[in-house]
Amino acid sequence: MHQINAQELINNMKDNLKDISLQGLWKNNSVLVQLLGLCPLLAVSTSLINALGLGIASMLVLIGSNISISLVRNWVPKDIRIPVFVMIIAGFVTIIQLLMNAYTFGLYQSLGIFIPLIVTNCVIIARAEAFASKNPVHLSALDGFMMGLGFTLVLIVLGGMREIIGQGTLFDGAHLLFGEWARVLKLEIFKFDNQFLLAILPPGAFIGMGFLIAGKNIIDEQIKDKEPKAPDTEKAPRARVTSLT
Amino acid sequence: MITEKKAMIKNGVILSLFALVTTGLVTITQIMTKDQILMQEKKQLLKVLEQVLPKDKHDNALYLDCTIVNASFLGSKKPHKIYRATKDNLPVALLIESTAPDGYSGNIDILSAVYLDGTVAGVRVLKHKETPGLGDKIEVEKSQWITKFKNIQVKSEQDMRWAVQKDGGMFDQFTGATITPRAVISAVKRASLYAQNETEMLFNAPNQCAGVDK
Repeated sequence: MHQINAQELINNMKDNLKDISLQGLWKNNSVLVQLLGLCPLLAVSTSLINALGLGIASMLVLIGSNISISLVRNWVPKDIRIPVFVMIIAGFVTIIQLLMNAYTFGLYQSLGIFIPLIVTNCVIIARAEAFASKNPVHLSALDGFMMGLGFTLVLIVLGGMREIIGQGTLFDGAHLLFGEWARVLKLEIFKFDNQFLLAILPPGAFIGMGFLIAGKNIIDEQIKDKEPKAPDTEKAPRARVTSLT
Repeated sequence: MITEKKAMIKNGVILSLFALVTTGLVTITQIMTKDQILMQEKKQLLKVLEQVLPKDKHDNALYLDCTIVNASFLGSKKPHKIYRATKDNLPVALLIESTAPDGYSGNIDILSAVYLDGTVAGVRVLKHKETPGLGDKIEVEKSQWITKFKNIQVKSEQDMRWAVQKDGGMFDQFTGATITPRAVISAVKRASLYAQNETEMLFNAPNQCAGVDK
Protein backbone atom coordinates (compact mmCIF):
# COMPACT_ATOMS: atom_id res chain seq x y z
CA MET A 1 0.00 0.00 0.00
CA HIS A 2 2.71 2.37 1.03
CA GLN A 3 4.78 1.44 -1.96
CA ILE A 4 2.04 2.21 -4.39
CA ASN A 5 1.58 5.57 -2.75
CA ALA A 6 5.26 6.38 -3.08
CA GLN A 7 5.24 5.28 -6.69
CA GLU A 8 2.22 7.44 -7.36
CA LEU A 9 3.86 10.37 -5.68
CA ILE A 10 6.97 10.06 -7.82
CA ASN A 11 4.89 9.76 -10.97
CA ASN A 12 2.89 12.74 -9.91
CA MET A 13 6.02 14.76 -9.39
CA LYS A 14 7.45 13.70 -12.73
CA ASP A 15 4.25 14.82 -14.40
CA ASN A 16 4.50 18.06 -12.52
CA LEU A 17 8.06 18.73 -13.66
CA LYS A 18 7.22 17.75 -17.22
CA ASP A 19 4.22 20.00 -17.21
CA ILE A 20 6.17 23.00 -15.90
CA SER A 21 8.85 22.50 -18.55
CA LEU A 22 6.31 22.13 -21.31
CA GLN A 23 4.43 25.20 -20.14
CA GLY A 24 7.56 27.34 -20.07
CA LEU A 25 9.04 26.19 -23.34
CA TRP A 26 5.97 25.78 -25.50
CA LYS A 27 2.39 25.82 -24.27
CA ASN A 28 2.65 29.02 -22.30
CA ASN A 29 5.81 30.47 -23.84
CA SER A 30 6.27 33.96 -22.53
CA VAL A 31 6.79 35.46 -25.98
CA LEU A 32 4.76 33.32 -28.35
CA VAL A 33 1.71 32.83 -26.15
CA GLN A 34 1.72 35.32 -23.31
CA LEU A 35 3.28 38.07 -25.47
CA LEU A 36 5.18 39.41 -22.49
CA GLY A 37 8.56 41.13 -22.41
CA LEU A 38 8.38 42.35 -25.97
CA CYS A 39 10.24 45.62 -25.43
CA PRO A 40 13.67 44.07 -24.88
CA LEU A 41 12.82 41.24 -27.23
CA LEU A 42 12.20 43.49 -30.19
CA ALA A 43 14.95 45.98 -29.44
CA VAL A 44 17.80 43.60 -28.75
CA SER A 45 17.15 40.81 -31.22
CA THR A 46 19.21 42.49 -33.95
CA SER A 47 21.88 39.82 -33.73
CA LEU A 48 22.12 36.35 -32.31
CA ILE A 49 24.78 37.19 -29.75
CA ASN A 50 22.92 40.20 -28.39
CA ALA A 51 19.82 38.05 -28.13
CA LEU A 52 21.70 35.31 -26.33
CA GLY A 53 23.26 37.77 -23.91
CA LEU A 54 20.01 39.39 -22.93
CA GLY A 55 18.27 36.04 -22.84
CA ILE A 56 20.78 34.62 -20.37
CA ALA A 57 20.66 37.75 -18.23
CA SER A 58 16.85 37.65 -18.11
CA MET A 59 16.91 33.95 -17.33
CA LEU A 60 19.30 34.43 -14.42
CA VAL A 61 17.11 37.17 -13.01
CA LEU A 62 14.03 35.01 -13.46
CA ILE A 63 15.56 32.02 -11.69
CA GLY A 64 16.95 34.17 -8.88
CA SER A 65 13.76 36.11 -8.32
CA ASN A 66 11.57 32.99 -8.51
CA ILE A 67 13.73 31.19 -5.94
CA SER A 68 13.88 34.06 -3.49
CA ILE A 69 10.21 34.92 -3.81
CA SER A 70 9.29 31.31 -3.26
CA LEU A 71 11.57 31.21 -0.20
CA VAL A 72 9.92 34.19 1.43
CA ARG A 73 6.39 33.54 0.19
CA ASN A 74 5.11 32.56 3.62
CA TRP A 75 6.44 35.64 5.38
CA VAL A 76 5.22 38.26 2.99
CA PRO A 77 1.72 39.54 3.80
CA LYS A 78 -0.58 39.72 0.81
CA ASP A 79 -0.92 43.50 0.95
CA ILE A 80 2.73 44.28 0.44
CA ARG A 81 3.73 41.42 -1.82
CA ILE A 82 4.03 43.52 -4.98
CA PRO A 83 6.50 46.06 -3.54
CA VAL A 84 8.50 43.21 -2.04
CA PHE A 85 8.60 41.36 -5.37
CA VAL A 86 9.61 44.51 -7.20
CA MET A 87 12.38 45.12 -4.69
CA ILE A 88 13.74 41.59 -5.02
CA ILE A 89 13.62 41.74 -8.82
CA ALA A 90 15.27 45.16 -8.93
CA GLY A 91 17.99 43.90 -6.60
CA PHE A 92 18.71 40.92 -8.83
CA VAL A 93 18.79 43.03 -11.98
CA THR A 94 21.23 45.48 -10.43
CA ILE A 95 23.48 42.64 -9.29
CA ILE A 96 23.43 41.04 -12.74
CA GLN A 97 24.13 44.42 -14.31
CA LEU A 98 27.15 44.96 -12.07
CA LEU A 99 28.44 41.48 -12.78
CA MET A 100 28.04 41.94 -16.53
CA ASN A 101 29.75 45.29 -16.34
CA ALA A 102 32.65 43.65 -14.56
CA TYR A 103 33.03 40.42 -16.50
CA THR A 104 31.43 40.86 -19.95
CA PHE A 105 32.19 44.50 -20.56
CA GLY A 106 31.76 44.44 -24.34
CA LEU A 107 28.36 42.84 -24.14
CA TYR A 108 27.36 45.20 -21.37
CA GLN A 109 28.09 48.10 -23.67
CA SER A 110 26.38 46.57 -26.63
CA LEU A 111 23.17 45.76 -24.70
CA GLY A 112 23.24 49.17 -23.07
CA ILE A 113 20.02 50.36 -21.51
CA PHE A 114 18.31 47.00 -21.95
CA ILE A 115 20.02 45.40 -18.97
CA PRO A 116 18.50 47.75 -16.38
CA LEU A 117 15.26 47.47 -18.35
CA ILE A 118 15.03 43.79 -17.44
CA VAL A 119 13.37 45.15 -14.31
CA THR A 120 10.39 46.11 -16.37
CA ASN A 121 10.17 42.78 -18.18
CA CYS A 122 6.65 41.67 -17.30
CA VAL A 123 7.55 38.01 -17.57
CA ILE A 124 9.48 38.25 -14.35
CA ILE A 125 6.83 39.82 -12.16
CA ALA A 126 4.19 37.68 -13.87
CA ARG A 127 5.99 34.50 -12.85
CA ALA A 128 6.58 35.84 -9.35
CA GLU A 129 2.91 36.56 -8.89
CA ALA A 130 1.42 33.63 -10.78
CA PHE A 131 3.82 30.87 -9.81
CA ALA A 132 6.63 31.51 -7.34
CA SER A 133 4.41 33.05 -4.68
CA LYS A 134 2.30 29.88 -4.57
CA ASN A 135 4.76 27.05 -5.12
CA PRO A 136 7.71 25.43 -3.34
CA VAL A 137 11.28 26.43 -4.11
CA HIS A 138 12.36 23.62 -6.41
CA LEU A 139 9.31 23.98 -8.64
CA SER A 140 9.71 27.75 -8.75
CA ALA A 141 13.36 27.42 -9.72
CA LEU A 142 12.40 25.04 -12.51
CA ASP A 143 9.62 27.34 -13.63
CA GLY A 144 12.04 30.29 -13.71
CA PHE A 145 14.53 28.26 -15.69
CA MET A 146 12.01 26.96 -18.19
CA MET A 147 10.24 30.29 -18.68
CA GLY A 148 13.64 31.95 -19.08
CA LEU A 149 14.76 29.28 -21.50
CA GLY A 150 11.59 29.68 -23.53
CA PHE A 151 12.19 33.43 -23.66
CA THR A 152 15.84 32.96 -24.58
CA LEU A 153 15.12 30.44 -27.32
CA VAL A 154 12.62 32.71 -29.04
CA LEU A 155 15.06 35.61 -28.69
CA ILE A 156 17.82 33.52 -30.26
CA VAL A 157 15.68 32.36 -33.17
CA LEU A 158 14.47 35.90 -33.84
CA GLY A 159 17.97 37.34 -33.42
CA GLY A 160 19.45 34.72 -35.73
CA MET A 161 16.76 35.31 -38.35
CA ARG A 162 17.24 39.07 -38.29
CA GLU A 163 21.02 38.80 -38.38
CA ILE A 164 21.04 36.43 -41.37
CA ILE A 165 18.47 38.38 -43.37
CA GLY A 166 19.74 41.78 -42.31
CA GLN A 167 23.48 41.50 -42.59
CA GLY A 168 24.15 38.02 -43.88
CA THR A 169 26.16 36.85 -40.89
CA LEU A 170 25.67 34.68 -37.83
CA PHE A 171 27.45 34.93 -34.46
CA ASP A 172 28.76 38.40 -35.28
CA GLY A 173 30.14 39.88 -32.06
CA ALA A 174 30.60 36.53 -30.32
CA HIS A 175 33.79 37.89 -28.75
CA LEU A 176 31.66 40.26 -26.66
CA LEU A 177 30.17 37.31 -24.84
CA PHE A 178 32.89 34.66 -24.93
CA GLY A 179 36.15 36.61 -25.22
CA GLU A 180 38.54 37.27 -28.08
CA TRP A 181 38.93 33.66 -29.27
CA ALA A 182 35.27 33.64 -30.27
CA ARG A 183 35.85 35.97 -33.22
CA VAL A 184 36.37 32.85 -35.33
CA LEU A 185 32.76 31.81 -34.71
CA LYS A 186 31.47 34.51 -37.03
CA LEU A 187 29.90 33.00 -40.11
CA GLU A 188 29.56 34.99 -43.31
CA ILE A 189 26.55 33.39 -44.94
CA PHE A 190 26.20 35.76 -47.83
CA LYS A 191 27.55 39.14 -48.64
CA PHE A 192 25.58 42.29 -49.36
CA ASP A 193 26.81 45.55 -50.69
CA ASN A 194 24.14 47.06 -48.56
CA GLN A 195 22.45 45.52 -45.58
CA PHE A 196 18.80 44.65 -45.72
CA LEU A 197 17.68 47.35 -43.35
CA LEU A 198 14.11 46.28 -42.76
CA ALA A 199 15.24 43.18 -40.90
CA ILE A 200 17.52 45.12 -38.59
CA LEU A 201 15.18 47.99 -37.79
CA PRO A 202 12.28 47.51 -35.34
CA PRO A 203 9.60 46.73 -37.97
CA GLY A 204 11.64 43.69 -38.96
CA ALA A 205 11.35 42.46 -35.41
CA PHE A 206 7.56 42.73 -35.44
CA ILE A 207 7.31 40.98 -38.78
CA GLY A 208 9.69 38.24 -37.68
CA MET A 209 7.78 37.70 -34.48
CA GLY A 210 4.53 37.48 -36.43
CA PHE A 211 6.00 34.65 -38.46
CA LEU A 212 7.22 32.87 -35.34
CA ILE A 213 3.80 33.02 -33.69
CA ALA A 214 2.15 31.85 -36.90
CA GLY A 215 4.64 28.99 -37.12
CA LYS A 216 3.89 27.91 -33.57
CA ASN A 217 0.16 27.95 -34.26
CA ILE A 218 0.59 25.83 -37.39
CA ILE A 219 2.56 23.23 -35.45
CA ASP A 220 -0.05 23.21 -32.69
CA GLU A 221 -2.82 22.68 -35.23
CA GLN A 222 -0.97 19.79 -36.81
CA ILE A 223 -0.42 18.13 -33.47
CA LYS A 224 -4.09 18.55 -32.69
CA ASP A 225 -5.16 17.03 -35.97
CA LYS A 226 -2.94 13.99 -35.52
CA GLU A 227 -4.19 13.23 -32.04
CA PRO A 228 -7.24 11.05 -31.84
CA LYS A 229 -10.07 13.03 -30.37
CA ALA A 230 -9.59 12.59 -26.67
CA PRO A 231 -12.66 12.68 -24.49
CA ASP A 232 -12.94 15.95 -22.69
CA THR A 233 -11.25 15.16 -19.42
CA GLU A 234 -9.40 17.68 -17.32
CA LYS A 235 -8.16 20.67 -19.17
CA ALA A 236 -4.88 22.08 -17.98
CA PRO A 237 -5.46 25.51 -16.52
CA ARG A 238 -3.83 27.85 -18.91
CA ALA A 239 -3.00 31.28 -17.63
CA ARG A 240 -3.25 33.23 -20.80
CA VAL A 241 -2.19 36.72 -19.96
CA THR A 242 -2.14 39.15 -22.79
CA SER A 243 -1.06 42.51 -21.52
CA LEU A 244 1.19 45.32 -22.58
CA THR A 245 4.87 45.33 -21.84
CA MET B 1 -8.66 49.84 14.72
CA ILE B 2 -5.86 48.51 16.86
CA THR B 3 -5.42 45.43 14.71
CA GLU B 4 -5.28 47.62 11.62
CA LYS B 5 -2.56 49.68 13.17
CA LYS B 6 -0.69 46.56 14.17
CA ALA B 7 -0.89 45.17 10.65
CA MET B 8 0.37 48.44 9.25
CA ILE B 9 3.36 48.46 11.56
CA LYS B 10 4.07 44.84 10.80
CA ASN B 11 3.94 45.47 7.05
CA GLY B 12 6.16 48.48 7.43
CA VAL B 13 8.73 46.49 9.35
CA ILE B 14 8.67 43.65 6.83
CA LEU B 15 9.00 46.06 3.91
CA SER B 16 11.94 47.85 5.46
CA LEU B 17 13.62 44.54 6.28
CA PHE B 18 13.38 43.54 2.64
CA ALA B 19 14.67 46.92 1.58
CA LEU B 20 17.63 46.50 3.91
CA VAL B 21 18.47 43.02 2.68
CA THR B 22 18.20 43.85 -1.03
CA THR B 23 20.19 47.07 -0.75
CA GLY B 24 22.72 45.19 1.34
CA LEU B 25 23.15 42.55 -1.35
CA VAL B 26 23.47 45.16 -4.08
CA THR B 27 26.04 47.05 -2.01
CA ILE B 28 28.10 43.92 -1.44
CA THR B 29 28.09 43.12 -5.16
CA GLN B 30 28.99 46.69 -5.97
CA ILE B 31 31.96 46.64 -3.61
CA MET B 32 33.08 43.29 -4.94
CA THR B 33 32.91 44.29 -8.60
CA LYS B 34 34.13 47.87 -8.26
CA ASP B 35 37.80 47.21 -9.01
CA GLN B 36 37.00 44.85 -11.84
CA ILE B 37 34.72 47.43 -13.46
CA LEU B 38 37.33 50.17 -13.10
CA MET B 39 39.88 47.86 -14.65
CA GLN B 40 37.58 47.05 -17.56
CA GLU B 41 36.95 50.73 -18.19
CA LYS B 42 40.67 51.44 -18.09
CA LYS B 43 41.39 48.56 -20.43
CA GLN B 44 38.78 49.87 -22.85
CA LEU B 45 40.26 53.36 -22.67
CA LEU B 46 43.78 52.10 -23.20
CA LYS B 47 42.66 50.08 -26.20
CA VAL B 48 41.08 53.10 -27.87
CA LEU B 49 44.01 55.38 -27.05
CA GLU B 50 46.39 52.85 -28.53
CA GLN B 51 44.29 52.59 -31.66
CA VAL B 52 44.40 56.28 -32.46
CA LEU B 53 48.05 56.95 -31.62
CA PRO B 54 50.76 54.38 -32.44
CA LYS B 55 52.63 53.23 -29.36
CA ASP B 56 56.08 54.17 -30.68
CA LYS B 57 55.14 57.81 -31.12
CA HIS B 58 55.06 58.57 -27.41
CA ASP B 59 56.56 57.29 -24.18
CA ASN B 60 54.23 58.57 -21.46
CA ALA B 61 51.21 56.81 -19.98
CA LEU B 62 48.47 58.62 -21.89
CA TYR B 63 45.59 57.83 -19.57
CA LEU B 64 47.49 59.43 -16.70
CA ASP B 65 48.05 62.72 -18.46
CA CYS B 66 45.06 64.76 -19.50
CA THR B 67 43.31 68.06 -19.12
CA ILE B 68 39.60 68.69 -19.16
CA VAL B 69 38.26 71.58 -21.19
CA ASN B 70 34.87 73.15 -21.69
CA ALA B 71 35.06 74.37 -25.25
CA SER B 72 31.97 74.69 -27.38
CA PHE B 73 34.32 74.60 -30.38
CA LEU B 74 34.60 70.85 -29.73
CA GLY B 75 30.93 70.41 -30.48
CA SER B 76 29.16 70.59 -27.16
CA LYS B 77 29.26 72.40 -23.88
CA LYS B 78 29.99 69.32 -21.86
CA PRO B 79 33.55 68.82 -20.55
CA HIS B 80 35.90 67.06 -22.96
CA LYS B 81 39.03 65.19 -21.97
CA ILE B 82 42.21 65.87 -23.86
CA TYR B 83 45.10 63.44 -23.42
CA ARG B 84 48.63 64.73 -23.98
CA ALA B 85 51.24 62.57 -25.65
CA THR B 86 54.89 63.39 -25.07
CA LYS B 87 58.18 61.79 -26.05
CA ASP B 88 61.32 62.55 -24.04
CA ASN B 89 59.20 65.18 -22.30
CA LEU B 90 58.56 66.99 -25.57
CA PRO B 91 54.97 67.48 -26.78
CA VAL B 92 54.09 65.13 -29.62
CA ALA B 93 50.36 64.93 -30.07
CA LEU B 94 46.99 65.62 -28.50
CA LEU B 95 44.20 63.07 -28.20
CA ILE B 96 40.98 65.02 -28.21
CA GLU B 97 37.54 63.81 -27.21
CA SER B 98 35.00 65.79 -29.13
CA THR B 99 31.39 65.70 -30.19
CA ALA B 100 29.79 65.87 -33.60
CA PRO B 101 26.50 67.56 -32.68
CA ASP B 102 25.05 67.25 -36.19
CA GLY B 103 24.79 63.48 -36.61
CA TYR B 104 21.70 61.93 -38.17
CA SER B 105 20.34 60.91 -34.77
CA GLY B 106 21.98 62.79 -31.98
CA ASN B 107 25.52 63.39 -30.89
CA ILE B 108 28.47 61.34 -32.07
CA ASP B 109 31.33 61.22 -29.59
CA ILE B 110 34.71 60.75 -31.20
CA LEU B 111 38.34 60.61 -30.18
CA SER B 112 40.91 62.05 -32.58
CA ALA B 113 44.67 62.02 -32.16
CA VAL B 114 46.35 65.01 -33.76
CA TYR B 115 50.06 65.73 -34.16
CA LEU B 116 51.17 69.27 -33.43
CA ASP B 117 51.18 70.30 -37.12
CA GLY B 118 47.50 69.33 -37.47
CA THR B 119 48.11 65.95 -39.07
CA VAL B 120 45.62 63.37 -37.87
CA ALA B 121 47.15 60.23 -36.36
CA GLY B 122 43.90 58.33 -35.97
CA VAL B 123 40.21 58.65 -35.20
CA ARG B 124 37.71 56.37 -33.47
CA VAL B 125 34.04 56.77 -32.70
CA LEU B 126 33.37 56.38 -28.99
CA LYS B 127 29.60 56.53 -28.97
CA HIS B 128 26.85 57.09 -31.52
CA LYS B 129 23.20 56.37 -32.23
CA GLU B 130 23.33 56.37 -36.04
CA THR B 131 21.11 54.08 -38.11
CA PRO B 132 22.34 50.51 -38.05
CA GLY B 133 23.34 49.41 -41.53
CA LEU B 134 23.74 52.93 -42.89
CA GLY B 135 25.37 55.43 -40.56
CA ASP B 136 27.08 52.91 -38.32
CA LYS B 137 29.83 52.39 -40.91
CA ILE B 138 31.73 55.00 -38.92
CA GLU B 139 32.51 52.18 -36.46
CA VAL B 140 35.84 50.55 -37.19
CA GLU B 141 34.23 47.14 -36.60
CA LYS B 142 31.81 47.75 -39.46
CA SER B 143 33.95 49.52 -42.05
CA GLN B 144 37.45 50.84 -42.64
CA TRP B 145 36.14 54.31 -43.41
CA ILE B 146 37.28 55.88 -40.13
CA THR B 147 40.89 54.86 -40.80
CA LYS B 148 41.03 57.07 -43.90
CA PHE B 149 41.75 60.09 -41.71
CA LYS B 150 45.17 58.77 -40.87
CA ASN B 151 48.07 61.02 -41.88
CA ILE B 152 45.90 63.72 -43.41
CA GLN B 153 46.62 67.26 -42.35
CA VAL B 154 44.17 70.04 -41.66
CA LYS B 155 45.84 73.07 -43.16
CA SER B 156 43.38 75.76 -42.26
CA GLU B 157 39.76 76.41 -41.47
CA GLN B 158 39.14 76.85 -45.19
CA ASP B 159 40.70 73.49 -46.07
CA MET B 160 38.21 72.34 -48.73
CA ARG B 161 39.49 68.77 -48.85
CA TRP B 162 37.89 68.16 -45.45
CA ALA B 163 34.44 67.30 -46.74
CA VAL B 164 32.64 64.38 -48.35
CA GLN B 165 33.14 63.94 -52.10
CA LYS B 166 29.60 65.08 -52.76
CA ASP B 167 30.58 68.45 -51.29
CA GLY B 168 33.85 68.58 -53.22
CA GLY B 169 36.02 67.05 -50.53
CA MET B 170 38.25 63.99 -50.39
CA PHE B 171 36.30 61.60 -48.13
CA ASP B 172 33.79 58.96 -49.26
CA GLN B 173 30.19 59.28 -48.22
CA PHE B 174 28.14 56.14 -47.56
CA THR B 175 25.36 55.04 -49.87
CA GLY B 176 22.23 56.39 -48.29
CA ALA B 177 24.00 58.25 -45.52
CA THR B 178 25.80 61.51 -46.13
CA ILE B 179 24.87 63.34 -42.97
CA THR B 180 26.79 61.01 -40.67
CA PRO B 181 30.19 61.16 -42.43
CA ARG B 182 29.74 64.88 -42.95
CA ALA B 183 29.28 65.34 -39.19
CA VAL B 184 32.28 63.19 -38.33
CA ILE B 185 34.57 64.88 -40.85
CA SER B 186 33.71 68.33 -39.57
CA ALA B 187 34.19 67.23 -35.95
CA VAL B 188 37.64 65.77 -36.70
CA LYS B 189 38.57 68.90 -38.59
CA ARG B 190 37.55 71.08 -35.65
CA ALA B 191 39.46 68.87 -33.22
CA SER B 192 42.58 69.27 -35.33
CA LEU B 193 42.16 73.04 -35.57
CA TYR B 194 41.62 73.21 -31.82
CA ALA B 195 44.81 71.22 -31.23
CA GLN B 196 46.76 73.55 -33.50
CA ASN B 197 45.39 76.76 -32.05
CA GLU B 198 45.55 75.85 -28.38
CA THR B 199 48.64 73.63 -28.27
CA GLU B 200 50.48 75.70 -25.72
CA MET B 201 47.52 76.25 -23.43
CA LEU B 202 46.64 72.53 -23.48
CA PHE B 203 50.14 71.30 -22.69
CA ASN B 204 50.60 73.85 -19.92
CA ALA B 205 47.27 73.13 -18.23
CA PRO B 206 47.46 71.19 -14.97
CA ASN B 207 47.17 67.42 -15.20
CA GLN B 208 43.68 66.24 -14.26
CA CYS B 209 44.12 62.50 -14.77
CA ALA B 210 47.11 61.85 -12.53
CA GLY B 211 45.01 60.40 -9.72
CA VAL B 212 43.15 57.85 -11.83
CA ASP B 213 45.54 55.01 -11.09
CA LYS B 214 45.71 54.45 -7.38
